[in-house]
Amino acid sequence: MTTTVQPTPLLEATPPEPESRSTRKKKYKGRGYESRSLVSPLSLRSWHGRLTYWAVLVVVVIGFTLAFVFPLYWMVTGALKSPDELAQIPPSFFPKDYDFGVYKEAWDQLQLGVFLRNTALYAGGAWLFTLAVDVTAAYALSKLRPFFGKVILGLMLATLMIPPMVLLLPTYLVAKDVPLFHWNLLNTPWAIWLPAAANGFFIFLLKRFFDSIPRELLEAAEIDGASPLRILWSIVLPVSRPILGVVSILSVVTVWKDFVWPLLVLPETDKMSISVGIASLSAQMPQNVLIAALVIASLPTILVFFVFQRSIMAGLTAGSLKG
Amino acid sequence: MAILSKPPVRRSPHPGAAHPFEKNGAARRAVGRNLTAYGFLCGALICFAFFSWYPMIREIILSFQENNFVDPAKWVDFDNFRTVIEDPAFRSAWLNTAAFSGLALVVGYAVPFVLAVVLNELRHAVAYLRFVVYLPVMLPPAVAVLLFKWFYDPGSGLFNQILDVFGIPPLAWLDSTSTALISLVLVSTWMNLGTGTLIYLAALQSIPGDLYESAELDGAGLFRRVWHVTIPQTKLILLVMLLLQVVATMQVFIEPYLLTGGGPENATVTVAYLMYQYAFNFGDFGGGGALGLMLMVVLMVFSAIYLRVSRDNEGGR
Repeated sequence: MTTTVQPTPLLEATPPEPESRSTRKKKYKGRGYESRSLVSPLSLRSWHGRLTYWAVLVVVVIGFTLAFVFPLYWMVTGALKSPDELAQIPPSFFPKDYDFGVYKEAWDQLQLGVFLRNTALYAGGAWLFTLAVDVTAAYALSKLRPFFGKVILGLMLATLMIPPMVLLLPTYLVAKDVPLFHWNLLNTPWAIWLPAAANGFFIFLLKRFFDSIPRELLEAAEIDGASPLRILWSIVLPVSRPILGVVSILSVVTVWKDFVWPLLVLPETDKMSISVGIASLSAQMPQNVLIAALVIASLPTILVFFVFQRSIMAGLTAGSLKG
Repeated sequence: MAILSKPPVRRSPHPGAAHPFEKNGAARRAVGRNLTAYGFLCGALICFAFFSWYPMIREIILSFQENNFVDPAKWVDFDNFRTVIEDPAFRSAWLNTAAFSGLALVVGYAVPFVLAVVLNELRHAVAYLRFVVYLPVMLPPAVAVLLFKWFYDPGSGLFNQILDVFGIPPLAWLDSTSTALISLVLVSTWMNLGTGTLIYLAALQSIPGDLYESAELDGAGLFRRVWHVTIPQTKLILLVMLLLQVVATMQVFIEPYLLTGGGPENATVTVAYLMYQYAFNFGDFGGGGALGLMLMVVLMVFSAIYLRVSRDNEGGR
């Protein structure tokens, strides 16, 4: 039964990235001709070529640091300054004394603990929901191929054409009073979870990956008597780990960063997500407490980026090159 | 499919029976397969039906109705459209949205490409630079916007302090009609620059090196190599990103909402923000719906071009 299984094309999809990186480096250190880009390696070897290269490198590194890291440094240290020091002109580059109490103050005054817990609940639930709903749907569309499957896929992908902002009002009205059921989802996590699962892009990514899994692999299991659910669980999911990782991170980060939708559907202060909560309380806070709250709010996503950098960047290019 | 299309081993036991299928086993299996498939699909179908497909229809209905959600909705033809078009903020909203998109293109479209071209030449610190350029993208947008609100502070804000170092008189940033919109563009560009840069970088890395080699042998200088090799080779992704960016920036909402509230003197009111105001500040969902529908029609044109381009792209390869 297993002779027809050809796992090789499947495994190919995962490793090339680190491999190509290492060969690129090696080639550069070696002859350098194969991997040249705009500037030829030969011209980099002359002394003024080398000088230009290092000058550009230094300018770029300093420029990037100033543009993208310095604002964050200013935020972290700004929180430590007293209101008087914040208002002082010219500003101090380093805070005079490090008063970490402001973070505690921000945590208590802005009830950041509640906001963070809410956001984690929304993002975590949306993640589970998205995976459960979109993976099964993509599997059905890719491998079970029901009648009207193409039409359904087309309708799901068509939603990508409609920018989310223009459907804001009708979707809000649906969440306020779900047609047929007349449920009011406002101020409940369902208002975040259910719309999050209706994501045509994730269906597209997952279906495209499932399409690349060889049929023989699934047919062998089918002949062995495995049910479709069993096939999905024990064969499709284990080989789909890379794409599941990308979809997971994208779905969590999207919900975590979202502002407009939670602003509308979670108006109660105790139910707010972290972005909405800080924004709505920002007017009443002393400047340094607000900045401390901003630091705390940005830590989770930055940490996620530190840990899952590769998956996030893979998702970025996977989506946009062929989206 | 392969299993189902196998020739039938035995014929149906009742050849005369009025059953539409000859191959009973295959038919039963097809039905079973469809039942399972729709069982798997039902969750997604429900989510899409309620939160994607139905809202599209609702959006159209909404914009032609007068609705206060207490009395039954009344069909009012184009009254909602007339109301919003006669609103003095309507003109400003569209002009500002167009200006925002245009300015964001000028800054946010060329800069990531240039950064990517430069990054692609570097052989050191690339991991650091890629990480750093994407850092603002990872911040929650509300955090980035509030951070810049503090930087824009006319008194002790960071930007005026920097201008002061160079001896330039301080600007009013968000408080002046002439600089408010560009200030919004600046935040928006800062927090979205990384996406474009990394996408271009990935595209640049797939350009074969011998193209540059032969161009150089033919005597093409640095800029002519960019013009005749880099840009043609990344033409499609450049076009796709252009359309995506227009669609994304035309929906701008969070910047005016958090920074200016549409002011000063409607200088930063955008279509999406006006739509929000109609619905949630004036309680006029019909007017908001009408604005949303107009925005939808405009953006659908760009989306359709985008779809066309990306489909041609897939077909060509």
